[in-house]
Amino acid sequence: MNAFVAAYLTQDGLANGAIYCLLAIALVLVFAVTRIIFIPQGEFISYAALTYVALREGHTPGTVGLLLALVAGAGFIDLLREGFGGLVSVVRRSLAPVGLAGLAAVSARFGLPALVDLLITVALVACMGPLLYRIVYRRIAQASSLVLLIVAVAHHLVMLGLGLYFFGPEGVRAAPLIDASVSLFGVPVQAQTIVILLSCAVLVGGLYVISERSFYGKAMRAAAINPIGARLMGISAELAGETAFLVAAVIGAISGILISGATTIYYDSGFLLGLKGFVAGILGGLASFPLAGIGAFGVGLLESFASFYASGFKETIVFALIIPILLWRSMAKAR
Amino acid sequence: MTTPGLLLDARQVTVRYGKIAAVQDVSLRIREGEVVTIVGPNGAGKTTLLSALMGLLPLAGEVAYFGGAPMRAPSVEALVRAGMGLIPEKRELFTSMSVADNLALGGFDRWRRGTRDQADDLAEIYALFPRLAERRMQPASTLSGGERQMLAMGRALMARPRLLLLDEPSLGLAPLVMRDIFRTIESLRARGVSVLLVEQNARAALKIADYGYVMEAGCFVLEGPAAELAHNERVIEAYLGVATADRTPAPAVPL
Ligand SMILES: Nc1ncnc2c1ncn2[C@@H]1O[C@H](COP(=O)(O)OP(=O)(O)OP(=O)(O)O)[C@@H](O)[C@H]1O
Ligand SMILES: [Mg+2]
Repeated sequence: MNAFVAAYLTQDGLANGAIYCLLAIALVLVFAVTRIIFIPQGEFISYAALTYVALREGHTPGTVGLLLALVAGAGFIDLLREGFGGLVSVVRRSLAPVGLAGLAAVSARFGLPALVDLLITVALVACMGPLLYRIVYRRIAQASSLVLLIVAVAHHLVMLGLGLYFFGPEGVRAAPLIDASVSLFGVPVQAQTIVILLSCAVLVGGLYVISERSFYGKAMRAAAINPIGARLMGISAELAGETAFLVAAVIGAISGILISGATTIYYDSGFLLGLKGFVAGILGGLASFPLAGIGAFGVGLLESFASFYASGFKETIVFALIIPILLWRSMAKAR
Repeated sequence: MTTPGLLLDARQVTVRYGKIAAVQDVSLRIREGEVVTIVGPNGAGKTTLLSALMGLLPLAGEVAYFGGAPMRAPSVEALVRAGMGLIPEKRELFTSMSVADNLALGGFDRWRRGTRDQADDLAEIYALFPRLAERRMQPASTLSGGERQMLAMGRALMARPRLLLLDEPSLGLAPLVMRDIFRTIESLRARGVSVLLVEQNARAALKIADYGYVMEAGCFVLEGPAAELAHNERVIEAYLGVATADRTPAPAVPL
């Protein structure tokens, strides 16, 4: 390997690492607030990438129908819970997602600019997060972590199946947001790589500021630190869960759009990406954001160099990383 | 069937852990402006009763809040919104967050509903507990026991409750700090906050309360105006110590 190849692999590793970093943060956040090991995180990526490309190509993506179904389902459950007195609030909560679905259909029909499609996609997938929490997890929020994990696996399988149904087995690749390449120290660097790294930095920085400074961010942290104390302040487990899912969905959607400009995404690609985010999250015991972030870049670089030296074992090497991490963590705990 | 001035009307409340009833058939009322106390030995079911009244545990029986109709299985959040507050026995502070953030979160529900006077409330809490003002940037986990109790109280007051349930505010505190805490409880009445106080320190509790209940093994065995309970033979024997009968000695904890 010469320096040129190394620089190229590093570039690739960092770009993937940035995506894993975002996913790991979403996983740690959801786990801290709800105790759910959120296996379906990856589906947000596939859904976003495939939705975005469908809109660009002028089809109405199946996710629009799914969003409407989720709105109807959640509304129905709310009516069962609250009676018809809750009708007004159910309708009010449904307005935004329904409007968004309409906008997506309009864009597919008439072809709106790429930036609008991008925003529609992120908003569409973002809306799904809280709705999925309401439908799937709200009732069982107090269940054990194991039950929540089993439900999360089932949830993942359902979303995977729906992904195949909506988008078919073909992969898609979006046009990069900026198609160019610059030369850095004599090494060509894809503009998309820079976009990914910058987006990651902005998102991570934004989330940090929100959680430290905004009242909702503080409420979320409070719910993660002490759920009973938070409930006594009127921060319901429901509010915290929905907010965590919203953030996770936004992160997943943005990651999906970013990565679809760099690699081909299939209906099941998100799962594998999510799992690598999970490996990174494990490094911090699903509890530390900085360790998860460091782990994510480690995973990205390891994967990139592994693909050069032993491309057939690329995935094996990355997932085998879990073993030393868990050993290290349990030894650190025993001490 | 609503009664003005009645903040809490609990009838025949039973709370179970599995099959075991930790609280059985207790009825209690709290009127506006009252301090009501529940005294009793360890394991009597006092904490269980407060948790259930706050919606943290399911209960059987009828509980009407703030003169409304009895509610079935109200959520904690709904009760907080209605004006209930609980300072739990374990305090449940946000340990890794600063004192200031803990206090701010006390006002979260009011802020979320659009009220924006939290800065005034915060200034008032700092005036009430100057110690908290000195330590506003310190993580809650580094506070002393007494400071934690002050923080728990300040955080609960930030929500401007109409009825505050207090579980063992003097737990593990030195007499001087305890005196401060009891003074604060008395001052709550002047602010229009009614209090349901659970205390091991029956002497101090009965001294500031208007009305009291004695709880043993999940049931109320005695109730009456606090002054009368303080002179009741059985209460004196079990909770106040023999020495205080018929005399009005300087209490161990000057109030
Ligand atoms: N989660 C639980 N599961 C089963 N039993 C419980 C649980 N919590 C409390 N108990 C039991 O219920 C009874 C009442 O407990 P509780 O904490 O209400 O007593 P208390 O009056 O507050 O006592 P103390 O003065 O020591 O705080 C005790 O016998 C206790 O062991
Ligand atoms: Mg107790």
